[in-house]
Amino acid sequence: MNIWVYILVMAGVSYLIRVLPMTLIRRPIKNRFIQSFLYYVPYVTLAVMTFPAILDATLSPVSGALALIVGIIAAWCGAGLFPVAVVCCMVVFAAEFFL
Amino acid sequence: MNTDFYSLGTASNRSAFLRGMQDAIPIGLGYLAVSFSLGIAARNIGLSPIQSFFMSLLNNASAGEYAGLTMIAAEGTYLEMAMITLIANARYLLMSCAMSQRVSPETSFLHRMLVAFDITDELFGIAIARPGYLNPNYTYGAVVVAAPSWAIGTAVGCIAGNLMPERMVSAFSVALFGMFLAIIIPPARADKVVGAFVGISFLASAVATWVPLFAGISSGMRTIILTVTISAAAAVLFPREAEKEGEGS
Repeated sequence: MNIWVYILVMAGVSYLIRVLPMTLIRRPIKNRFIQSFLYYVPYVTLAVMTFPAILDATLSPVSGALALIVGIIAAWCGAGLFPVAVVCCMVVFAAEFFL
Repeated sequence: MNTDFYSLGTASNRSAFLRGMQDAIPIGLGYLAVSFSLGIAARNIGLSPIQSFFMSLLNNASAGEYAGLTMIAAEGTYLEMAMITLIANARYLLMSCAMSQRVSPETSFLHRMLVAFDITDELFGIAIARPGYLNPNYTYGAVVVAAPSWAIGTAVGCIAGNLMPERMVSAFSVALFGMFLAIIIPPARADKVVGAFVGISFLASAVATWVPLFAGISSGMRTIILTVTISAAAAVLFPREAEKEGEGS
């Protein structure tokens, strides 16, 4: 398996996903199931990829868990993408002083 | 097509371009930080800085690229790679559908192809917030700021990940997950169904990762199966109200 081929496959699929609706679909999707399915997909896939993977991303699973909890609280309180990302990093950095 | 209505020769199109650049500056700064974290992940999996630069330049997708990296790490097939990219980036399909309603019907095929290239959560957000039909030049202005930030941040993360102390790398590697949380938690708070399914997704993912019975399934494949199953269940049990047509904003 070649990394460059992987990258080209990713790029091709990513572009097709973005370009096909934009160029071909001129009317809104009517099918309720497809509409609902597409609505839920982003939340489910991001949730699945976040947990439990975040526990393996850090030196200690404890600091990953703390970042998860604080990140959820910060996002719950309305913090944006960048602030939540920064807060999570800071939590891990601080926690790993003690772990 | 006769002369291009959206040519940069006219003052209004140039001003749309500049406005796009301006609006994308905070986005570009955020991209630098988050893609840095992606670069660290790329390095850990064995990508060179050049490879990680092109991966980001050609994909413009945090979750999609992260999912792709896990697939490279798992040495999945190219078909599995295509599937995981499709699943992880499925929301861009939705956004592209929405964008197709926001450009003038006169917009040429070429402009549609170019605007589509960098539909991301953030650039979609600022484009959709523009009043009236979207001027493609606005998007181009935003893309020339945001896309290089994303690609350069990834490459720098890939390089600097080697030079930084282990503890710094550990801290930066959660930035991406923080961004994922910032995308899923506010809708989960606003909509109980989304909230419940985010919780179910966390649980199901933990079970699929930790229960030995599922140990043989690669992490990329696990993401695909869980996403399709859980989203389809949500769509059947809690279908969304049909969106009203023809609403401008």
